[in-house]
Amino acid sequence: MEYFIFFLAAALALAGALGVVLLRNPAHCALSLVVTLISVAIFFAQLGAALLVAMQIIVYAGAIVVLFLFVIMLLGVDRKESVEEPLKFQRPVALVLGVILFAEVVFLIGHQWATGASSSGTAHAIHGGGAGLGGNVERVARSLFTDFLWPFEITAALLVLAVVGAVVLARRSGESADTVGAGAAESGEAG
Amino acid sequence: MPVLATTIDAGWYLVLASLIFTIGAAGLLTRRNVLVMFMCVELMLNAVNLTFVTFARELNDIRGQVIVFFILAVAAAEVAVGLAIIVAIFRRRRGATADDLDLLKDPTA
Repeated sequence: MEYFIFFLAAALALAGALGVVLLRNPAHCALSLVVTLISVAIFFAQLGAALLVAMQIIVYAGAIVVLFLFVIMLLGVDRKESVEEPLKFQRPVALVLGVILFAEVVFLIGHQWATGASSSGTAHAIHGGGAGLGGNVERVARSLFTDFLWPFEITAALLVLAVVGAVVLARRSGESADTVGAGAAESGEAG
Repeated sequence: MPVLATTIDAGWYLVLASLIFTIGAAGLLTRRNVLVMFMCVELMLNAVNLTFVTFARELNDIRGQVIVFFILAVAAAEVAVGLAIIVAIFRRRRGATADDLDLLKDPTA
């Protein structure tokens, strides 16, 4: 049963990934991406990462793909891209490089110097280590708010910076200051 | 607390993740539409996330899942800023393919 779910989700994930690369319409690509993201969420569930399943669905399928679709719809960039290649041999070269990359990654999988050794302490254990450590969410939270507290705060600053940067970049550039102010006032009224 | 982790061998997950990563990389190299190239980057990030969670189970270390949490946050920030850049480019050039961004190209070549 586990293997049945795994191979079903694996087939869906690969089909979605190929759809992103091969489909012509960007909106269809975004929908294929959702298939892959939800399949990856299924793998997370199989691997016992309950918190990440929720985050994958909410953040990726819920927020990021919707943002993609908003941009596709708003800009009207759903025109078909031209089939002819300005650079010759780009597709075969990319295919060959992809195969080489796959071979390299599979080679690295089997070597412990690339994958690391098992942790010795029980403080970071996923299972075992006593019931006092709680379930998956509690264990992630315990690690996040003790060992990773400083990166966590930095991430908060990063998100704020990203919001400010997105607003600044998406503002109408190349216009004089007063029209920008008028545009801001308009959007303020609309909001 | 039931342990939900499966008995499926980690190698299956790793090979699948490397396949998704490779498909994303090849798509990034071949596609012209900047939005689709962005989606290929998301595919690669997801493949790496799957690898992290697999090794977290394999090595019995919750920190692998914590790292994925950070990757998710960084990916969200990256998409917000990247899509804003795409919107800005589209306003200026009326096109959103990688071929439209030839500002640095030598016009005499």
